[in-house]
Amino acid sequence: MGDNYIFAVARIRVLEKSLLTDSDIAQMSGMSDADAVTAYLSDKGWGDENTGRDPQKMLAAEQVKTDKLIRSLGVGDDILSILSISQVYHNLKTAIKDVCVEGDSPYAYYEHPVYNAKYFTDILQEKNYRALPAEMQKPAEEAMNVMLEHHDGQKSDVIIDRACLDYMEARAKKSKYPILRDYLERTVAVTDVKIAVRGARTGKTYEYIRDALAPCRTLDRDILAKAASENEESLLNYLSGHGMAEAADALKTSITAFEKWCDDSIIESIRPEKTHPFTIGPVVAFYLGRMNEISTVRVLLTAKKNGFPEEAVKERARRMYG
Amino acid sequence: MSTGMVLALLGAALATIGGGVGSAWGVGIAGQAAAGVTAEDPDQFAKVLILQLLPGTQGIYGLLVTFITLSRIGILGGTAVTDTNTGWMYLAACLPIAVCGLISAYHQGKTSVASIGIVAKKPDQFGKAMLFPAMVETYAILALLISILAVTNIG
Repeated sequence: MGDNYIFAVARIRVLEKSLLTDSDIAQMSGMSDADAVTAYLSDKGWGDENTGRDPQKMLAAEQVKTDKLIRSLGVGDDILSILSISQVYHNLKTAIKDVCVEGDSPYAYYEHPVYNAKYFTDILQEKNYRALPAEMQKPAEEAMNVMLEHHDGQKSDVIIDRACLDYMEARAKKSKYPILRDYLERTVAVTDVKIAVRGARTGKTYEYIRDALAPCRTLDRDILAKAASENEESLLNYLSGHGMAEAADALKTSITAFEKWCDDSIIESIRPEKTHPFTIGPVVAFYLGRMNEISTVRVLLTAKKNGFPEEAVKERARRMYG
Repeated sequence: MSTGMVLALLGAALATIGGGVGSAWGVGIAGQAAAGVTAEDPDQFAKVLILQLLPGTQGIYGLLVTFITLSRIGILGGTAVTDTNTGWMYLAACLPIAVCGLISAYHQGKTSVASIGIVAKKPDQFGKAMLFPAMVETYAILALLISILAVTNIG
């Protein structure tokens, strides 16, 4: 399809009407239980004839539907591979844990045509790291060694997360699409802030936090790590003075509000794509909006299953793109 | 055939070429957007078809100016152009619709694409959506008027 996305964007414009809105999320948050939520989603067209009202199957079906749609719009593998970076690295992280502790958590993986649970577990069980994509080989081996020798799941996660962020930043620099550059850069910056917050709250050292942070253009890694290693107050001051005052305010409220800000800020950064008729932007934004929808519904269903009060569910509900 | 006749014919040809190419461009890109909307919501076919067709008028304007020119320079009627100056005048008279038709149709096509996006999301806003590309039409009509006035008043 080349760089002509007029047809694809027009289709997306119609489909944007079917996206969940903030009021849908508010309505679902107020429902009595998970069954009521799945019934509501089913009425909205979620799931298919095979899923019934099984929440896990319904969410997996929505993921597959979205992937199929994006492929049918002629979006190339170069773009799809960027959009699925975090999912692929999440699958690698989960596979490392499954292989090292001989666990089996099929629902913890994202659906992916290549980098799925079987792909990673087969390779990791055989320690055949060379079969992985080049950028994953070293961090996967390192993370596996940390897990097998020191049983340090947190350190293992840090290694994979850092590798994921480095890869995102590298792809952001190379991408010719502004929306992908902005999305990746924003994601890396927000994730760095998240890591710094966790580091500050758990009293990690400067070196530990600095190693976990990925270099990005928005934030100074050294200063952020230093602020986080000092105390939360220093970190809040740094964030307030570097264009992330909203993050600092959210953090002052609660960690849940901060986590919500992290996801919401990414959605807000793609919202202007609703007015672009000629670029790939609206298609990418739709995809990201759908992923945000699916993950919010997943959180909502989990909260409902565990009997969280309505206010707690609302606090965790992300802002919708629709 | 005199140089004047060649110039007059060139003007007539440019009127059709400019308007036609611009319209093909505009209708083409608007058609892609219209097809995208219809693929997901066939009920909007009539509305998006109208928006797709809006950039098609420049081609018709160019054709009209070409017909008038041909009917005055001895091809379909009138008297043959024998002097170079008159030929230049016909060429210059055809240029407004040739150039303005080309550019306005292209931009009208792009505006139609944006308006089709409005219809896709809010079908009830069709009236407002149609006004945006219709605004671009103004300048094609002005160029058409000038070309017709000029062609019909030569000689």
